[in-house]
Amino acid sequence: MRSVVAFALLLLVAVQQAVWADLPDGARLFAQNCAVCHGETGSGGIGVPLSLPSFQATVSNQYLAATIRHGRPGRVMPAFTQLSDAEVAAIVDYIRSWYKGAPPVFSGAPVKGDPVHGKELFAAHCAMCHGADGQGGTGTGVTFSRPRGLPIMPPALNNAGFLAAAPDAMIRSVLIHGRAGTPMISFLKAGLSETDIDDLVSYVRSFQGEEKAPAAGSVAGLKPVLVVQSPYDLKTTLANLTQAINSDNFFVGRDQPVEYGLTTTAKANPHQIIVYFCDVPFLNKALAIDPRVGLFLPCRITVVEHQGKVMLMSVNPEVVSRLFNNSELNALCKEMHDRYLAIMQEATL
Amino acid sequence: MKPLYWLIRAAALLCLALSLAAPARAEGLLMARSQQMFPEAMTTLQNAITARGYTITRLQEVNENLAKMHFKSDMYRVVFFGRYDQIDALTRRYPELIPYLPLSITIFAEGNQSIVVAMPPRALEEMFPDPALRPVFEGWQRDYQAIFDRVRETTGF
Repeated sequence: MRSVVAFALLLLVAVQQAVWADLPDGARLFAQNCAVCHGETGSGGIGVPLSLPSFQATVSNQYLAATIRHGRPGRVMPAFTQLSDAEVAAIVDYIRSWYKGAPPVFSGAPVKGDPVHGKELFAAHCAMCHGADGQGGTGTGVTFSRPRGLPIMPPALNNAGFLAAAPDAMIRSVLIHGRAGTPMISFLKAGLSETDIDDLVSYVRSFQGEEKAPAAGSVAGLKPVLVVQSPYDLKTTLANLTQAINSDNFFVGRDQPVEYGLTTTAKANPHQIIVYFCDVPFLNKALAIDPRVGLFLPCRITVVEHQGKVMLMSVNPEVVSRLFNNSELNALCKEMHDRYLAIMQEATL
Repeated sequence: MKPLYWLIRAAALLCLALSLAAPARAEGLLMARSQQMFPEAMTTLQNAITARGYTITRLQEVNENLAKMHFKSDMYRVVFFGRYDQIDALTRRYPELIPYLPLSITIFAEGNQSIVVAMPPRALEEMFPDPALRPVFEGWQRDYQAIFDRVRETTGF
């Protein structure tokens, strides 16, 4: 009996320690999930500079938590649906550790204003940064890898994630105080009245239900590979492919077996040849939209001879694009999808 | 005796539940920030790849190609790698996988730090739902995770 009791007590101690050890560690969770885009110290990068005092002074904990939970559909920031409420709260606490002041708390009550007048004000004062429809700036955040015109990307105010996270009172506060260190000025100091600001808030809120960012992430229903069968033999198809690539304003870098570098040239499968190519201005445009597009690089189409059939194959850029949660990139990948298909069809005419 | 039995059983179940709790991750790309500058991070990445039994087949120099046309970019590379036997067997049986092979990880400079990014191999499960491929993708996923963890955790020179 004594040994059973002792065992039970030991087990309870172990369980208690395990429970304590398992309490969410905000710093660790931030390093694992957030630091890659927001920087180790919240200085920003692909994502918003979270440690910026003027940012911290104008967002509530609830806004931060809702942003982590819902993300920004189509605007790179993913929805961290896998995190528990305790983990989200731990990350928020960690983000707050960079701020000396008390976190603001905002009422959830709607601000009453005139959205029609707000629309006029928006066009005059906000659209130049946030876009005519509140779609936000282009590209990602302050990526140091690329030249940038602005220290921070203007957020998409018509984004479902933003509208779900930001109460009217918070939007109002940002308009009144601005955000020092960013192009967002105080519109009260700039001459707008509090009534004007209420009208602006009312107009921004009217975006709700009309969000334009598509849901990103699922690849269901899309074919992962583009395939076009060739009526020619492998050698002829390869020559046709090179010609078709050149005529679509790409330059051909090289062709090599899929197994290049993994075995000797003699042993590499000669029936699977990758052709690498590039359109550098197009690449530069893609990198400006999302610096992570290396996944697509370099452009490539593979000529494969399998069971007597010669095929041209490539990744479907539209499928891979869904992983980026970047609707601007989706549009570019649609263009790339069409160019890949056009090249493959021309090579097999 | 009975309450003790239930106490021990409940505690054991709680321990099991805690041990099975998986680390949280957002869906999307696999990404990690290295505190190392690009040259050191690149070395760490290559060492981490080869430590998992892969051969690096080539390094795509992206920023050099941009520079040739006067576009500005910091250091940017794509590292290609694979295992010969695995790729040979897979591409013979599943040629539709070829466009996604060899495997690759992108690395670019971000100020004094570096960022690595890749398509998570687990994403291939949805694209190629053949159950026979699942262990392959899961194996790659574990390897990628280990590689990314090493890049994230390695500091200094």
